[in-house]
Amino acid sequence: MNALTDYTLHLADNQLILGQRLCEWCGHNFVLEQDIAMSNIALDLIGQARSYYQYASKLDGKKSEDDLAMLRGEREYKNLLLLEQPNGDFANTLARQFFYDVFHLFQLEDHLKSSDESLRAIAEKAVKEVRYHVTWSSEWMIRLGDGTTESHARLQHAVNKIWMWTGEMFEASAFEKDLIEKKIISNPKDFKLSWDQKIQEILTEATLKLPLEEPYQHGGKDGLHTEHLGYILAEMQSLQRTYPGLAW
Amino acid sequence: MTNEEIFEKKIQDEVRIEPKDWMPEAYRKTLIRQISQHAHSEVVGMLPEANWITRAPTLRRKATLLAKVQDEAGHGLYLYSAMETLGMPRSQAIDDLLSGKAKYSSIFNYPTLSWADMGTIGWLVDGAAILNQVPLCRTSYGPYARAMVRVCKEESFHQRQGFEIMQSLCEGSADQKAMAQDAINRWWWPTLMMFGPRDAESGNTELSMKWRIKRFTNDELRQKFVDMMVPQAQFLGLTIPDEKLKWNADKNGYDFGDVDWDEFWKVVKGQGPCNKQRLEARNKAHDQGAWVREAAAAYAEKRAKREKIGASA
Ligand SMILES: [Fe+2]
Ligand SMILES: [Fe+2]
Repeated sequence: MNALTDYTLHLADNQLILGQRLCEWCGHNFVLEQDIAMSNIALDLIGQARSYYQYASKLDGKKSEDDLAMLRGEREYKNLLLLEQPNGDFANTLARQFFYDVFHLFQLEDHLKSSDESLRAIAEKAVKEVRYHVTWSSEWMIRLGDGTTESHARLQHAVNKIWMWTGEMFEASAFEKDLIEKKIISNPKDFKLSWDQKIQEILTEATLKLPLEEPYQHGGKDGLHTEHLGYILAEMQSLQRTYPGLAW
Repeated sequence: MTNEEIFEKKIQDEVRIEPKDWMPEAYRKTLIRQISQHAHSEVVGMLPEANWITRAPTLRRKATLLAKVQDEAGHGLYLYSAMETLGMPRSQAIDDLLSGKAKYSSIFNYPTLSWADMGTIGWLVDGAAILNQVPLCRTSYGPYARAMVRVCKEESFHQRQGFEIMQSLCEGSADQKAMAQDAINRWWWPTLMMFGPRDAESGNTELSMKWRIKRFTNDELRQKFVDMMVPQAQFLGLTIPDEKLKWNADKNGYDFGDVDWDEFWKVVKGQGPCNKQRLEARNKAHDQGAWVREAAAAYAEKRAKREKIGASA
């Protein structure tokens, strides 16, 4: 596989796994309006995942969009560890979403300048969606952080717990390094400072504290995951694995 | 003219009744009951289909199913809003649902056991909902009628999607066809129950017809449904699980077997396979979200205060 295919799959897997996690909320949310809002975000992410898988399928030349999503195993999936973490309570889902949304927007804005036409085209559509995601999650961070004593405590706990998975976003994998060298993408480290600033700004308004320790966990991009991914895939891929090769 | 006479004349002249108009208390109560039940059905109805979103076989199917369940949440919202124009707060209606006091459509007390159930629900259950709901677009209460116009547009889209899932399965492998047939075997009779008890046993029908809340009786709609679905099942190559089903040229419609009314009443009264599970899921979502709703309210209050201080400074 070449670096561009790997990177495209990494992007596809990111959106699909987080979208899949958000699907778990559907029908079980605390208020109808938020059920609709979170389903919207999930729909955006699954739509983006489809565009990336279709592009990866073109690059790959053999496997279809659904082959790539439904027939790759844990060690082949390249999503960020952050995104496969369980939903937990709403605070936990929100903290995960917020840290990623802010990163995701910087990443897409970088893709808008990419020399790769397909990455650029996907980013042009996705960037509008993800701007809304950032607004949604930032507003909820502030609302819950500065809400009641209980919501503040829950959200601070979630931020502390989720934090350790955020470092991986800024560490370039081998396939990213290759694309950085070819000037197809920027080094994600380049927007680490902007990410820090935005996170700090929102957390301050939310009266929350940024954890001090360095988040060092990584491996997702190279297919080395937490125990959670196996269950996500077992569920998501069950029909395709039980009845191989059929049209649905 | 008295208030009563003005109201009756409006009904006769097919003029919509609006929230500020005078209306008989019984009319208001009937509507609150019907609209809230309808709203609850949309919301509880999300659960059996949500059960398969994470397992949809392709990404396209996943996205369309998620969008469908999201539409149902939207239907719930439109309907709760229509209900609130009658003076019933949404929070109270939801409390009634969660305590088990309010009813919702019994169809959602059956389990979804295979992917084919997603096709069958869209095709049959949304199909039955359309037959129930299209006449409601002309119902006498304005906000309800207008909500139904929006709902019906989306329901027909759902039905097409469901039919399309069935078509893919029926054109597929032997396993897929068997899955589709098994689904119709399980869903056919519960779907016929969606039209409610027989006219002779339906206490609410007469008044509702007089007030033009309802336009067709339960049995009329059930007949329409069977007549509409038989050719579609034939087209798919599926067998409807009713040995008494037969074309009757005299009435220009199908004769069909009788619903198991004992089962119907048992499920209505809470003994269906999933009644407890569905209510538990709704209660769990509601209870676990309490701190979020409280926090949102507390934050809104703080903000309003800050803005006030800001404005007076
Ligand atoms: Fe609906
Ligand atoms: Fe529907």
